[in-house]
Amino acid sequence: MKVIELHRSVTESNDRDAELLRRELKEKGVFFVNLMSAAGSGKTTLLGRTITDLKDEYRIAVLEADIEAKVDAEKIEELGARSIQVHTDGMCHMDAGMTRQGLEEMGLEGIDLAFLENIGNLICPAEFATGASKNVMILSVPEGDDKPLKYPLMFETSDVLLITKMDTLSYFNFDVERCIERVRYLNPSIKVFPVSAKTGEGMDAWENWLRDEIRVWKE
Amino acid sequence: MHELSIVTHVAKTLDEIAEENKLTKIGSVTLQIGEVSGIITDYFTDCWNYFKVKHPLLKDAELKLEMIEAVTFCEDCKQEYKTVEFGRICPYCHSEHTYLLQGNECNIKEIEAENE
Repeated sequence: MKVIELHRSVTESNDRDAELLRRELKEKGVFFVNLMSAAGSGKTTLLGRTITDLKDEYRIAVLEADIEAKVDAEKIEELGARSIQVHTDGMCHMDAGMTRQGLEEMGLEGIDLAFLENIGNLICPAEFATGASKNVMILSVPEGDDKPLKYPLMFETSDVLLITKMDTLSYFNFDVERCIERVRYLNPSIKVFPVSAKTGEGMDAWENWLRDEIRVWKE
Repeated sequence: MHELSIVTHVAKTLDEIAEENKLTKIGSVTLQIGEVSGIITDYFTDCWNYFKVKHPLLKDAELKLEMIEAVTFCEDCKQEYKTVEFGRICPYCHSEHTYLLQGNECNIKEIEAENE
């Protein structure tokens, strides 16, 4: 037996696969958003509202990742977006390989905007690159403004933070300014949009961000 | 489960290395794991033992784990301290302006292997 020194990060080969997928999607003109959050933060509701608002402008597809069940994919299909449910067989996150498989199975012909609804947790999805054009995370008001202190990596790897369920702000002890300050300390370039998918508050700013990014991506 | 998916990523990397170097058998794998990487070593070892018997290249591979101590640096008083003991707040000047220097790793350090 001989010793082979490697000194390689475990995530290195996944990072390579993710970069390859990102480049292929760029060539196809598909803007691909990796949507991450805790369970129950309102990912599917926010996606539903976004699809309803943007479906006349873009052809949209959603890759729904869950450990089990397919209720999310069914909800999305009803709104008129292409959708596929991926079961991760107990795994707590999607990696680049699983994402590629899901996208190929679903088919991306004619799609302008695709979302990955990642597994609901604030830990492992942040560690594994998926090949997305941008990482977007959701923190809902009821979860509390201390989450950036507890799950820093998620906030560090995201390009956008959506603070959702803003319509419930008066019921919770959530300080939006303090939350943004904590997030900016971890990630100075992150974009923050406080929104409510229920009332429509702030949705324009988020959707305009998507429009700008899609335009640049397709250039 | 987190640990199991990390095992599958390790296996994938080792498959690539085995192909590049024409390896037929891996005798041991040494991983460096940071104290605050979120990996629970007992779970990791269980997942490794569960996975390796299904994977011919790793069937006889012994897992060796080396822990890397977590160290945080304070930007205000420029001192280093033990992350696990004190967390994000600097024990010297009580500043919140701190960042992790090391302790978040999950690296494959080396393997012992036979080739053709």
